[in-house]
Amino acid sequence: MADEEKKQVNPKLIAAFVNSTQNVLKTMVQANSKIGKPAQKFDPKPSYDVSGIVGFSGEVVGSVVISFREQSAIDIVEAFCGEKLDLHSEDFADAIGELSNMIAGNAKKDFGLEAHIGIPSVIIGTGHSIARLRDVPCVVIPCTSEVGDFAVEVNIKQVSCVPA
Amino acid sequence: MKFLLVDDSRTMRNIWKKVISSLENSETVEAGDGVEGLNAIKENGPVDIMLVDWNMPNMDGLTMVKKVRETDKTTPIIMVTTEAEKPRIIEAIKAGVNNYVVKPFTPDALLGKIDETLKRAGQTA
Repeated sequence: MADEEKKQVNPKLIAAFVNSTQNVLKTMVQANSKIGKPAQKFDPKPSYDVSGIVGFSGEVVGSVVISFREQSAIDIVEAFCGEKLDLHSEDFADAIGELSNMIAGNAKKDFGLEAHIGIPSVIIGTGHSIARLRDVPCVVIPCTSEVGDFAVEVNIKQVSCVPA
Repeated sequence: MKFLLVDDSRTMRNIWKKVISSLENSETVEAGDGVEGLNAIKENGPVDIMLVDWNMPNMDGLTMVKKVRETDKTTPIIMVTTEAEKPRIIEAIKAGVNNYVVKPFTPDALLGKIDETLKRAGQTA
């Protein structure tokens, strides 16, 4: 595969995450959001300290990380759950995981491909790193909303063959 | 009206419970995956309606629905999931799901589907 091909991310896949993020925020958190210009990143560290991670398999492989500023995560979870939750509680991680799951799942329906999502994982802590696919860039979609800022970090690629 | 709520996310079960609490005489039984869902039916007896997520650890919602339908053809089941592609919806309906709600959803949308499903089954919320 030529370098040029390796470095391309299908814009349709990125657009799916933009739409999905705004839809989930609007529907489940009752918050309007603004999407900034997507940019590539190569640092394995996510943008912020709270990460909701969802893996993809099938005709799309890789992961998406919903990376929240700590205070944004607290405020978004409060709006989502209708109550303030402790940052280090199981319920807080569960809420971040469910929001991440909805963003990933809602984006997946617009891929037009046979793709599957895994059970979400959540990491909370300063300076953690995410193992990503190396042959495609990570595209960071910055989001600002009435309940706080966060970033959607998309590191996925379309594969032509689905392993048996 | 007794609901069985099956989702590995407690957050989601709590959101469902808040929505359902607006219905008169509603009570809920909760389970965190398909295995717990089947056990809850055995331990608590029949329910009036089930809300079941698709993607869960241990046993997913689709497998649970198929197992429920081996012995129970009538209890209404609504799948509430991020799986929004048409082939998945068809797969769920074939497995025995009566109605389908795609996450994210508004409270009104969920209540509307519950009402519609119960009416089709000859019950009222």
